[in-house]
Amino acid sequence: MGETLIQTDRVAPSADALLTVSGLNGWYGESHVLHGVEFDVKQGEVVTLLGRNGAGKTSTLCAIMGLLGKRTGSVKLLGTETIALQPRHIARLGIGFCPEERGIFSSLNVEENLMLPPRIAEGGLTVERIYQLFPNLLERRRSQGTKLSGGEQQMLAIGRILRTGAKLLLLDEPTEGLAPVIVQQIGATIRELKQEGFTIVLVEQNLRFAASVADRHCVVEQGRVIDMIPNTELDNNIDKLHGYLGV
Amino acid sequence: MGQLLLGLINGSFYAVLSLGLAVIFGLLNIINFSHGAQYMMGAFVAWMLLNYLGIGYWPALVLAPLIVGATGIVLEKVALSRLYKLDHLYGLLLTFGIALIIQGLFRNYYGISGLPYQIPEALSGGQNLGFMFLPNYRAWIVVASVVVCFSTWFMIEKTRLGAYLRAATENPALVGAFGINVPRMITLTYGFGVALAAFAGVLAAPIYAVNPNMGADLIIVVFAVVVIGGMGSIMGAIVTGYGLGLIEGLTRVFYPEGSAVVIFVIMAIVLLIKPEGLFGRAA
Repeated sequence: MGETLIQTDRVAPSADALLTVSGLNGWYGESHVLHGVEFDVKQGEVVTLLGRNGAGKTSTLCAIMGLLGKRTGSVKLLGTETIALQPRHIARLGIGFCPEERGIFSSLNVEENLMLPPRIAEGGLTVERIYQLFPNLLERRRSQGTKLSGGEQQMLAIGRILRTGAKLLLLDEPTEGLAPVIVQQIGATIRELKQEGFTIVLVEQNLRFAASVADRHCVVEQGRVIDMIPNTELDNNIDKLHGYLGV
Repeated sequence: MGQLLLGLINGSFYAVLSLGLAVIFGLLNIINFSHGAQYMMGAFVAWMLLNYLGIGYWPALVLAPLIVGATGIVLEKVALSRLYKLDHLYGLLLTFGIALIIQGLFRNYYGISGLPYQIPEALSGGQNLGFMFLPNYRAWIVVASVVVCFSTWFMIEKTRLGAYLRAATENPALVGAFGINVPRMITLTYGFGVALAAFAGVLAAPIYAVNPNMGADLIIVVFAVVVIGGMGSIMGAIVTGYGLGLIEGLTRVFYPEGSAVVIFVIMAIVLLIKPEGLFGRAA
Protein backbone atom coordinates (compact mmCIF):
# COMPACT_ATOMS: atom_id res chain seq x y z
CA MET A 1 0.00 0.00 0.00
CA GLY A 2 1.06 3.61 -0.19
CA GLU A 3 2.64 3.75 -3.64
CA THR A 4 -0.63 4.73 -5.31
CA LEU A 5 -2.12 6.49 -2.33
CA ILE A 6 -2.23 10.15 -3.17
CA GLN A 7 -3.04 12.90 -0.69
CA THR A 8 -2.97 10.82 2.45
CA ASP A 9 -3.21 14.05 4.42
CA ARG A 10 -6.72 14.62 3.07
CA VAL A 11 -8.07 11.26 4.10
CA ALA A 12 -6.50 11.25 7.54
CA PRO A 13 -9.16 10.72 10.23
CA SER A 14 -10.41 13.87 11.79
CA ALA A 15 -11.53 14.44 15.33
CA ASP A 16 -15.24 14.86 14.67
CA ALA A 17 -15.54 11.87 12.34
CA LEU A 18 -18.71 9.82 12.71
CA LEU A 19 -17.27 7.00 10.65
CA THR A 20 -13.57 6.30 10.23
CA VAL A 21 -12.43 3.55 7.92
CA SER A 22 -8.74 2.74 7.86
CA GLY A 23 -6.67 -0.06 6.39
CA LEU A 24 -9.85 -1.96 5.55
CA ASN A 25 -9.24 -5.22 3.70
CA GLY A 26 -12.07 -7.49 2.63
CA TRP A 27 -12.59 -10.87 1.05
CA TYR A 28 -15.46 -12.58 -0.75
CA GLY A 29 -14.57 -16.20 -0.12
CA GLU A 30 -11.10 -16.58 -1.62
CA SER A 31 -11.02 -13.36 -3.58
CA HIS A 32 -9.42 -10.35 -1.97
CA VAL A 33 -11.60 -7.37 -3.00
CA LEU A 34 -10.65 -4.52 -0.67
CA HIS A 35 -7.02 -3.53 -0.30
CA GLY A 36 -6.74 -0.98 2.48
CA VAL A 37 -9.72 1.36 2.12
CA GLU A 38 -9.25 4.67 3.98
CA PHE A 39 -11.81 7.42 4.38
CA ASP A 40 -13.81 9.17 7.02
CA VAL A 41 -17.22 10.80 7.21
CA LYS A 42 -18.03 13.69 9.51
CA GLN A 43 -21.25 14.22 11.34
CA GLY A 44 -23.90 15.58 8.96
CA GLU A 45 -21.89 15.04 5.78
CA VAL A 46 -22.97 13.39 2.54
CA VAL A 47 -20.00 11.52 1.10
CA THR A 48 -20.05 9.51 -2.11
CA LEU A 49 -17.98 6.56 -3.14
CA LEU A 50 -17.45 6.98 -6.88
CA GLY A 51 -15.80 4.52 -9.21
CA ARG A 52 -16.21 2.13 -12.06
CA ASN A 53 -18.04 -1.16 -11.94
CA GLY A 54 -16.14 -3.63 -9.82
CA ALA A 55 -13.96 -0.99 -8.17
CA GLY A 56 -15.04 -2.09 -4.69
CA LYS A 57 -17.71 0.48 -3.77
CA THR A 58 -20.45 -1.98 -2.84
CA SER A 59 -17.90 -4.23 -1.15
CA THR A 60 -16.81 -1.27 0.96
CA LEU A 61 -20.38 -0.68 2.19
CA CYS A 62 -20.86 -4.41 2.84
CA ALA A 63 -17.56 -4.52 4.70
CA ILE A 64 -18.64 -1.58 6.89
CA MET A 65 -21.81 -3.54 7.75
CA GLY A 66 -19.79 -6.68 8.41
CA LEU A 67 -21.50 -8.52 5.58
CA LEU A 68 -18.35 -9.58 3.72
CA GLY A 69 -17.01 -13.05 4.42
CA LYS A 70 -13.90 -11.70 6.08
CA ARG A 71 -12.53 -8.25 6.83
CA THR A 72 -9.50 -6.79 8.59
CA GLY A 73 -8.36 -3.27 9.42
CA SER A 74 -10.44 -0.76 11.30
CA VAL A 75 -13.97 0.59 11.02
CA LYS A 76 -14.80 3.01 13.81
CA LEU A 77 -18.30 4.27 14.34
CA LEU A 78 -18.54 7.15 16.83
CA GLY A 79 -15.25 5.98 18.30
CA THR A 80 -16.36 2.35 18.70
CA GLU A 81 -14.23 -0.21 16.86
CA THR A 82 -16.56 -2.54 14.96
CA ILE A 83 -14.19 -4.77 13.07
CA ALA A 84 -14.86 -7.81 15.27
CA LEU A 85 -18.63 -7.28 15.62
CA GLN A 86 -21.53 -9.15 14.01
CA PRO A 87 -23.69 -7.21 11.50
CA ARG A 88 -26.61 -7.02 13.95
CA HIS A 89 -24.42 -5.38 16.58
CA ILE A 90 -22.94 -2.98 14.03
CA ALA A 91 -26.45 -1.98 12.93
CA ARG A 92 -27.42 -1.32 16.53
CA LEU A 93 -24.63 1.24 16.87
CA GLY A 94 -26.70 3.43 14.55
CA ILE A 95 -26.27 2.44 10.89
CA GLY A 96 -29.10 2.04 8.40
CA PHE A 97 -28.23 -0.01 5.34
CA CYS A 98 -29.95 0.19 1.95
CA PRO A 99 -28.47 -2.52 -0.28
CA GLU A 100 -27.91 -2.27 -4.02
CA GLU A 101 -30.55 -4.88 -4.85
CA ARG A 102 -32.88 -2.94 -2.48
CA GLY A 103 -33.75 -6.01 -0.47
CA ILE A 104 -37.52 -5.58 -0.48
CA PHE A 105 -39.15 -8.70 0.98
CA SER A 106 -41.68 -10.30 -1.34
CA SER A 107 -43.54 -12.12 1.44
CA LEU A 108 -44.17 -8.81 3.26
CA ASN A 109 -46.47 -6.02 2.18
CA VAL A 110 -45.25 -2.44 1.88
CA GLU A 111 -46.16 -1.49 5.43
CA GLU A 112 -44.60 -4.63 6.88
CA ASN A 113 -41.43 -3.91 4.92
CA LEU A 114 -41.46 -0.36 6.25
CA MET A 115 -41.97 -1.48 9.85
CA LEU A 116 -39.48 -4.35 9.70
CA PRO A 117 -36.20 -2.80 10.87
CA PRO A 118 -36.41 -2.45 14.64
CA ARG A 119 -35.89 0.87 16.38
CA ILE A 120 -32.27 1.08 17.48
CA ALA A 121 -32.18 4.63 18.86
CA GLU A 122 -34.31 7.64 19.65
CA GLY A 123 -35.04 10.24 17.06
CA GLY A 124 -36.05 8.26 13.97
CA LEU A 125 -38.60 9.74 11.60
CA THR A 126 -42.24 9.00 12.29
CA VAL A 127 -44.15 6.81 9.87
CA GLU A 128 -46.28 9.83 8.95
CA ARG A 129 -43.16 11.78 8.03
CA ILE A 130 -41.89 8.91 5.87
CA TYR A 131 -45.22 8.69 4.07
CA GLN A 132 -45.02 12.45 3.60
CA LEU A 133 -41.57 12.06 1.99
CA PHE A 134 -42.81 9.18 -0.18
CA PRO A 135 -46.57 9.55 -0.72
CA ASN A 136 -46.59 6.62 -3.17
CA LEU A 137 -45.83 4.27 -0.30
CA LEU A 138 -48.90 5.36 1.64
CA GLU A 139 -51.12 4.70 -1.35
CA ARG A 140 -49.70 1.25 -1.86
CA ARG A 141 -49.12 0.21 1.73
CA ARG A 142 -51.18 -2.98 1.41
CA SER A 143 -49.44 -4.13 -1.78
CA GLN A 144 -46.88 -6.90 -1.82
CA GLY A 145 -43.44 -5.28 -1.46
CA THR A 146 -42.03 -6.54 -4.71
CA LYS A 147 -45.12 -5.52 -6.71
CA LEU A 148 -43.99 -1.89 -6.50
CA SER A 149 -42.18 -0.17 -9.35
CA GLY A 150 -38.39 0.06 -9.15
CA GLY A 151 -38.58 3.66 -7.96
CA GLU A 152 -41.15 2.88 -5.30
CA GLN A 153 -39.09 -0.07 -4.09
CA GLN A 154 -36.10 2.25 -3.78
CA MET A 155 -38.18 4.72 -1.76
CA LEU A 156 -39.32 1.87 0.46
CA ALA A 157 -35.76 0.65 0.93
CA ILE A 158 -34.67 4.15 1.98
CA GLY A 159 -37.82 4.91 3.93
CA ARG A 160 -37.64 1.86 6.17
CA ILE A 161 -34.19 2.78 7.55
CA LEU A 162 -35.32 6.31 8.45
CA ARG A 163 -37.68 5.05 11.15
CA THR A 164 -35.02 3.25 13.15
CA GLY A 165 -33.16 6.17 14.65
CA ALA A 166 -29.99 5.30 12.69
CA LYS A 167 -27.94 8.45 12.17
CA LEU A 168 -25.62 7.09 9.49
CA LEU A 169 -27.22 5.84 6.28
CA LEU A 170 -25.37 3.67 3.78
CA LEU A 171 -27.13 3.93 0.40
CA ASP A 172 -25.90 1.69 -2.39
CA GLU A 173 -26.68 3.16 -5.84
CA PRO A 174 -30.16 4.41 -5.03
CA THR A 175 -30.57 5.83 -8.55
CA GLU A 176 -29.56 2.73 -10.50
CA GLY A 177 -31.96 1.98 -13.33
CA LEU A 178 -34.51 4.62 -12.36
CA ALA A 179 -36.25 7.22 -14.52
CA PRO A 180 -34.83 10.78 -14.36
CA VAL A 181 -37.88 12.18 -12.58
CA ILE A 182 -37.53 9.53 -9.83
CA VAL A 183 -33.79 10.22 -9.59
CA GLN A 184 -34.62 13.88 -8.97
CA GLN A 185 -37.10 12.95 -6.28
CA ILE A 186 -34.53 10.77 -4.54
CA GLY A 187 -31.96 13.56 -4.84
CA ALA A 188 -34.38 16.00 -3.20
CA THR A 189 -35.02 13.46 -0.43
CA ILE A 190 -31.32 13.02 0.25
CA ARG A 191 -30.85 16.79 0.54
CA GLU A 192 -33.81 16.93 2.90
CA LEU A 193 -32.36 14.13 5.02
CA LYS A 194 -29.08 16.01 5.22
CA GLN A 195 -31.06 19.01 6.48
CA GLU A 196 -32.55 16.80 9.15
CA GLY A 197 -29.06 15.91 10.33
CA PHE A 198 -28.54 12.48 8.78
CA THR A 199 -25.03 11.49 7.76
CA ILE A 200 -24.97 9.63 4.46
CA VAL A 201 -22.50 7.47 2.56
CA LEU A 202 -23.66 7.07 -1.01
CA VAL A 203 -22.32 4.67 -3.61
CA GLU A 204 -22.81 6.16 -7.05
CA GLN A 205 -21.83 5.80 -10.67
CA ASN A 206 -23.88 8.79 -11.79
CA LEU A 207 -21.54 11.76 -11.36
CA ARG A 208 -24.18 14.39 -12.03
CA PHE A 209 -26.43 12.96 -9.37
CA ALA A 210 -23.52 12.64 -6.94
CA ALA A 211 -22.56 16.29 -7.52
CA SER A 212 -26.12 17.41 -6.79
CA VAL A 213 -26.23 15.94 -3.28
CA ALA A 214 -22.75 15.37 -1.86
CA ASP A 215 -20.19 17.34 0.15
CA ARG A 216 -17.24 15.18 -0.84
CA HIS A 217 -16.43 12.42 -3.28
CA CYS A 218 -14.11 9.52 -2.56
CA VAL A 219 -12.84 7.83 -5.70
CA VAL A 220 -12.59 4.07 -5.39
CA GLU A 221 -10.40 2.00 -7.66
CA GLN A 222 -9.16 -1.57 -7.28
CA GLY A 223 -10.34 -1.83 -3.71
CA ARG A 224 -8.82 1.43 -2.45
CA VAL A 225 -9.84 5.05 -2.07
CA ILE A 226 -7.37 6.71 -4.45
CA ASP A 227 -8.55 10.29 -4.30
CA MET A 228 -10.90 12.61 -2.44
CA ILE A 229 -12.50 15.62 -4.07
CA PRO A 230 -14.66 18.16 -2.21
CA ASN A 231 -17.82 18.97 -4.13
CA THR A 232 -16.84 22.64 -4.20
CA GLU A 233 -13.69 21.77 -6.18
CA LEU A 234 -15.52 19.48 -8.54
CA ASP A 235 -15.29 21.80 -11.56
CA ASN A 236 -11.50 22.09 -11.29
CA ASN A 237 -11.16 18.34 -11.07
CA ILE A 238 -13.77 17.30 -13.57
CA ASP A 239 -11.30 16.04 -16.19
CA LYS A 240 -9.40 14.03 -13.62
CA LEU A 241 -12.70 12.53 -12.37
CA HIS A 242 -13.82 11.63 -15.87
CA GLY A 243 -10.50 9.89 -16.23
CA TYR A 244 -11.11 7.88 -13.04
CA LEU A 245 -14.61 6.94 -14.08
CA GLY A 246 -13.68 6.27 -17.69
CA VAL A 247 -16.40 8.48 -19.13
CA MET B 1 -69.86 -40.89 8.67
CA GLY B 2 -67.69 -42.47 11.33
CA GLN B 3 -64.96 -42.98 8.77
CA LEU B 4 -65.15 -39.32 7.79
CA LEU B 5 -64.71 -38.33 11.43
CA LEU B 6 -61.76 -40.68 11.71
CA GLY B 7 -60.35 -39.06 8.59
CA LEU B 8 -60.81 -35.62 10.12
CA ILE B 9 -58.97 -36.75 13.25
CA ASN B 10 -56.08 -38.15 11.25
CA GLY B 11 -56.16 -34.93 9.28
CA SER B 12 -55.83 -32.96 12.52
CA PHE B 13 -52.60 -34.77 13.30
CA TYR B 14 -51.35 -34.43 9.74
CA ALA B 15 -52.08 -30.69 9.83
CA VAL B 16 -50.33 -29.96 13.16
CA LEU B 17 -47.33 -32.11 12.28
CA SER B 18 -46.89 -30.89 8.73
CA LEU B 19 -47.34 -27.33 9.99
CA GLY B 20 -44.39 -27.83 12.34
CA LEU B 21 -42.31 -29.26 9.51
CA ALA B 22 -43.26 -26.35 7.25
CA VAL B 23 -42.34 -23.75 9.88
CA ILE B 24 -38.97 -25.41 10.44
CA PHE B 25 -38.24 -25.91 6.76
CA GLY B 26 -39.20 -22.33 5.93
CA LEU B 27 -36.63 -20.70 8.15
CA LEU B 28 -34.00 -23.37 8.71
CA ASN B 29 -34.05 -25.06 5.33
CA ILE B 30 -33.82 -28.31 7.21
CA ILE B 31 -36.11 -31.26 6.66
CA ASN B 32 -36.71 -32.29 10.23
CA PHE B 33 -36.70 -36.07 10.15
CA SER B 34 -36.82 -36.26 13.92
CA HIS B 35 -40.31 -34.75 13.85
CA GLY B 36 -41.95 -38.15 14.37
CA ALA B 37 -39.67 -38.94 17.27
CA GLN B 38 -40.45 -35.56 18.83
CA TYR B 39 -44.17 -36.25 18.45
CA MET B 40 -43.60 -39.55 20.23
CA MET B 41 -41.60 -37.77 22.95
CA GLY B 42 -44.56 -35.45 23.49
CA ALA B 43 -46.79 -38.44 24.21
CA PHE B 44 -44.15 -40.06 26.42
CA VAL B 45 -43.48 -36.91 28.41
CA ALA B 46 -47.22 -36.64 29.07
CA TRP B 47 -47.23 -40.27 30.23
CA MET B 48 -44.15 -39.70 32.44
CA LEU B 49 -45.61 -36.54 33.96
CA LEU B 50 -48.68 -38.52 34.93
CA ASN B 51 -46.99 -41.70 36.15
CA TYR B 52 -43.90 -40.25 37.85
CA LEU B 53 -45.13 -36.85 39.02
CA GLY B 54 -48.89 -37.21 39.06
CA ILE B 55 -49.34 -34.31 36.67
CA GLY B 56 -52.50 -34.76 34.62
CA TYR B 57 -53.53 -34.23 31.04
CA TRP B 58 -54.30 -30.50 31.03
CA PRO B 59 -51.01 -29.30 32.52
CA ALA B 60 -49.20 -31.86 30.34
CA LEU B 61 -50.77 -30.32 27.26
CA VAL B 62 -48.71 -27.21 28.02
CA LEU B 63 -45.72 -28.72 29.84
CA ALA B 64 -44.86 -31.53 27.43
CA PRO B 65 -44.52 -29.22 24.39
CA LEU B 66 -42.40 -26.85 26.49
CA ILE B 67 -40.12 -29.66 27.67
CA VAL B 68 -39.76 -31.31 24.26
CA GLY B 69 -39.40 -27.88 22.63
CA ALA B 70 -36.53 -27.17 25.03
CA THR B 71 -34.77 -30.36 23.92
CA GLY B 72 -35.25 -29.11 20.35
CA ILE B 73 -33.59 -25.82 21.27
CA VAL B 74 -30.63 -27.68 22.71
CA LEU B 75 -30.42 -29.86 19.60
CA GLU B 76 -30.47 -26.80 17.35
CA LYS B 77 -27.82 -24.99 19.38
CA VAL B 78 -25.50 -27.95 19.68
CA ALA B 79 -25.84 -29.64 16.31
CA LEU B 80 -28.16 -28.23 13.68
CA SER B 81 -26.74 -24.71 13.77
CA ARG B 82 -23.47 -26.08 12.44
CA LEU B 83 -25.10 -27.41 9.29
CA TYR B 84 -26.79 -24.36 7.78
CA LYS B 85 -23.96 -23.64 5.39
CA LEU B 86 -24.03 -27.19 4.04
CA ASP B 87 -26.44 -29.00 1.73
CA HIS B 88 -29.98 -29.88 2.94
CA LEU B 89 -28.93 -33.48 2.94
CA TYR B 90 -26.77 -33.08 6.04
CA GLY B 91 -29.62 -31.70 8.12
CA LEU B 92 -31.80 -34.53 6.92
CA LEU B 93 -29.20 -37.15 7.82
CA LEU B 94 -28.55 -35.64 11.24
CA THR B 95 -32.22 -35.40 12.19
CA PHE B 96 -32.86 -38.89 10.84
CA GLY B 97 -30.01 -40.24 12.99
CA ILE B 98 -31.32 -38.38 16.04
CA ALA B 99 -34.77 -39.87 15.44
CA LEU B 100 -33.31 -43.39 15.39
CA ILE B 101 -31.38 -42.72 18.59
CA ILE B 102 -34.41 -41.32 20.42
CA GLN B 103 -36.67 -44.17 19.30
CA GLY B 104 -34.00 -46.70 20.23
CA LEU B 105 -33.61 -45.23 23.71
CA PHE B 106 -37.34 -45.26 24.39
CA ARG B 107 -37.65 -48.79 23.01
CA ASN B 108 -34.88 -49.87 25.32
CA TYR B 109 -36.56 -48.53 28.45
CA TYR B 110 -40.25 -48.92 27.67
CA GLY B 111 -40.49 -51.72 25.13
CA ILE B 112 -42.77 -51.60 22.14
CA SER B 113 -46.01 -52.88 23.60
CA GLY B 114 -47.52 -49.45 24.23
CA LEU B 115 -48.45 -47.76 27.48
CA PRO B 116 -52.00 -46.79 28.35
CA TYR B 117 -52.99 -43.15 28.90
CA GLN B 118 -56.49 -42.35 30.12
CA ILE B 119 -58.75 -39.88 28.39
CA PRO B 120 -59.17 -36.96 30.80
CA GLU B 121 -62.40 -37.17 32.74
CA ALA B 122 -63.85 -33.96 31.36
CA LEU B 123 -63.63 -35.35 27.85
CA SER B 124 -64.71 -38.95 28.37
CA GLY B 125 -68.05 -40.07 27.01
CA GLY B 126 -69.59 -38.64 23.92
CA GLN B 127 -72.61 -37.17 22.19
CA ASN B 128 -75.22 -39.01 20.25
CA LEU B 129 -75.82 -36.85 17.22
CA GLY B 130 -78.59 -39.06 15.94
CA PHE B 131 -76.83 -40.16 12.79
CA MET B 132 -73.63 -41.07 14.63
CA PHE B 133 -71.93 -41.24 18.02
CA LEU B 134 -69.31 -38.51 18.56
CA PRO B 135 -66.78 -39.23 21.32
CA ASN B 136 -65.99 -36.00 23.16
CA TYR B 137 -62.25 -36.56 23.08
CA ARG B 138 -62.22 -36.88 19.29
CA ALA B 139 -64.17 -33.65 18.92
CA TRP B 140 -61.64 -32.01 21.24
CA ILE B 141 -58.75 -33.15 19.03
CA VAL B 142 -60.28 -31.48 16.01
CA VAL B 143 -61.03 -28.26 17.90
CA ALA B 144 -57.59 -28.10 19.54
CA SER B 145 -55.76 -28.70 16.29
CA VAL B 146 -57.81 -26.10 14.41
CA VAL B 147 -57.10 -23.53 17.15
CA VAL B 148 -53.38 -24.29 17.17
CA CYS B 149 -53.12 -24.26 13.37
CA PHE B 150 -55.04 -21.01 13.06
CA SER B 151 -53.02 -19.32 15.83
CA THR B 152 -49.78 -20.36 14.21
CA TRP B 153 -50.92 -19.16 10.81
CA PHE B 154 -52.06 -15.87 12.32
CA MET B 155 -48.79 -15.39 14.17
CA ILE B 156 -46.71 -15.98 11.07
CA GLU B 157 -48.79 -14.13 8.51
CA LYS B 158 -50.26 -11.26 10.50
CA THR B 159 -47.95 -10.21 13.32
CA ARG B 160 -44.73 -8.31 13.53
CA LEU B 161 -42.86 -11.31 14.85
CA GLY B 162 -44.15 -13.26 11.86
CA ALA B 163 -42.91 -10.51 9.54
CA TYR B 164 -39.41 -10.94 11.00
CA LEU B 165 -39.73 -14.65 10.39
CA ARG B 166 -40.89 -14.30 6.80
CA ALA B 167 -38.20 -11.70 6.08
CA ALA B 168 -35.49 -13.88 7.60
CA THR B 169 -36.68 -16.79 5.48
CA GLU B 170 -36.08 -14.68 2.38
CA ASN B 171 -32.88 -12.85 3.23
CA PRO B 172 -31.37 -13.61 6.64
CA ALA B 173 -28.22 -11.53 6.02
CA LEU B 174 -30.18 -8.33 5.40
CA VAL B 175 -32.47 -8.93 8.38
CA GLY B 176 -29.32 -9.31 10.49
CA ALA B 177 -28.00 -6.05 9.04
CA PHE B 178 -31.10 -4.32 10.44
CA GLY B 179 -30.02 -5.32 13.92
CA ILE B 180 -32.23 -8.38 14.39
CA ASN B 181 -30.79 -11.44 16.09
CA VAL B 182 -31.44 -14.02 13.38
CA PRO B 183 -29.61 -16.98 14.96
CA ARG B 184 -31.77 -16.69 18.08
CA MET B 185 -34.88 -16.48 15.93
CA ILE B 186 -33.85 -19.66 14.14
CA THR B 187 -33.28 -21.46 17.44
CA LEU B 188 -36.68 -20.43 18.80
CA THR B 189 -38.39 -21.34 15.54
CA TYR B 190 -36.98 -24.83 15.70
CA GLY B 191 -38.05 -25.10 19.31
CA PHE B 192 -41.55 -23.97 18.33
CA GLY B 193 -41.81 -26.46 15.46
CA VAL B 194 -40.73 -29.25 17.79
CA ALA B 195 -43.20 -28.08 20.44
CA LEU B 196 -45.98 -28.36 17.84
CA ALA B 197 -44.98 -31.98 17.24
CA ALA B 198 -45.00 -32.65 20.97
CA PHE B 199 -48.43 -31.01 21.30
CA ALA B 200 -49.76 -33.41 18.68
CA GLY B 201 -48.13 -36.20 20.66
CA VAL B 202 -50.00 -35.27 23.84
CA LEU B 203 -53.26 -35.05 21.89
CA ALA B 204 -52.57 -38.53 20.53
CA ALA B 205 -51.59 -40.14 23.83
CA PRO B 206 -55.13 -41.06 25.03
CA ILE B 207 -56.32 -42.52 21.70
CA TYR B 208 -53.26 -44.24 20.32
CA ALA B 209 -51.07 -46.39 22.52
CA VAL B 210 -48.03 -44.48 23.74
CA ASN B 211 -45.20 -46.40 22.17
CA PRO B 212 -41.76 -45.62 20.75
CA ASN B 213 -42.76 -46.31 17.16
CA MET B 214 -45.91 -44.20 17.09
CA GLY B 215 -44.10 -41.32 15.40
CA ALA B 216 -42.21 -43.38 12.86
CA ASP B 217 -45.46 -44.84 11.55
CA LEU B 218 -47.14 -41.47 11.23
CA ILE B 219 -44.30 -39.33 9.98
CA ILE B 220 -44.00 -41.03 6.59
CA VAL B 221 -47.57 -40.01 5.79
CA VAL B 222 -46.90 -36.50 7.12
CA PHE B 223 -43.94 -36.11 4.79
CA ALA B 224 -46.19 -37.06 1.90
CA VAL B 225 -48.64 -34.39 3.11
CA VAL B 226 -45.87 -31.79 3.19
CA VAL B 227 -44.73 -32.71 -0.31
CA ILE B 228 -48.31 -32.44 -1.60
CA GLY B 229 -48.88 -29.09 0.12
CA GLY B 230 -45.54 -27.62 -0.89
CA MET B 231 -42.44 -27.32 1.29
CA GLY B 232 -42.43 -24.28 3.51
CA SER B 233 -46.00 -23.16 2.84
CA ILE B 234 -47.87 -22.57 6.10
CA MET B 235 -51.38 -22.47 4.69
CA GLY B 236 -50.52 -25.32 2.33
CA ALA B 237 -49.49 -27.55 5.22
CA ILE B 238 -52.70 -26.89 7.15
CA VAL B 239 -55.15 -27.24 4.27
CA THR B 240 -53.54 -30.35 2.80
CA GLY B 241 -53.30 -31.87 6.28
CA TYR B 242 -57.05 -31.77 6.88
CA GLY B 243 -57.89 -32.38 3.22
CA LEU B 244 -55.85 -35.53 2.93
CA GLY B 245 -57.15 -36.85 6.23
CA LEU B 246 -60.66 -36.52 4.84
CA ILE B 247 -59.72 -38.10 1.51
CA GLU B 248 -58.16 -40.99 3.38
CA GLY B 249 -61.38 -41.39 5.38
CA LEU B 250 -63.52 -41.31 2.24
CA THR B 251 -61.31 -43.89 0.57
CA ARG B 252 -61.85 -46.14 3.55
CA VAL B 253 -65.59 -45.97 2.91
CA PHE B 254 -65.55 -46.57 -0.83
CA TYR B 255 -62.44 -48.63 -1.36
CA PRO B 256 -60.99 -49.76 1.98
CA GLU B 257 -58.05 -51.58 0.41
CA GLY B 258 -56.80 -48.27 -1.05
CA SER B 259 -56.91 -46.18 2.12
CA ALA B 260 -53.34 -46.95 3.11
CA VAL B 261 -51.88 -45.85 -0.19
CA VAL B 262 -54.19 -43.10 -1.39
CA ILE B 263 -52.05 -40.31 0.02
CA PHE B 264 -48.97 -41.65 -1.70
CA VAL B 265 -50.82 -41.97 -4.97
CA ILE B 266 -51.89 -38.33 -4.65
CA MET B 267 -48.31 -37.41 -3.85
CA ALA B 268 -47.08 -39.09 -7.02
CA ILE B 269 -49.71 -37.33 -9.10
CA VAL B 270 -48.95 -33.92 -7.56
CA LEU B 271 -45.23 -34.42 -8.09
CA LEU B 272 -45.86 -35.18 -11.75
CA ILE B 273 -48.18 -32.25 -12.38
CA LYS B 274 -46.97 -29.58 -9.95
CA PRO B 275 -43.60 -30.58 -8.49
CA GLU B 276 -43.44 -27.57 -6.15
CA GLY B 277 -46.62 -28.75 -4.39
CA LEU B 278 -50.17 -27.43 -4.45
CA PHE B 279 -49.37 -24.31 -2.43
CA GLY B 280 -45.63 -24.12 -3.00
CA ARG B 281 -43.83 -21.37 -4.82
CA ALA B 282 -41.77 -22.54 -7.77
CA ALA B 283 -38.16 -22.60 -6.68
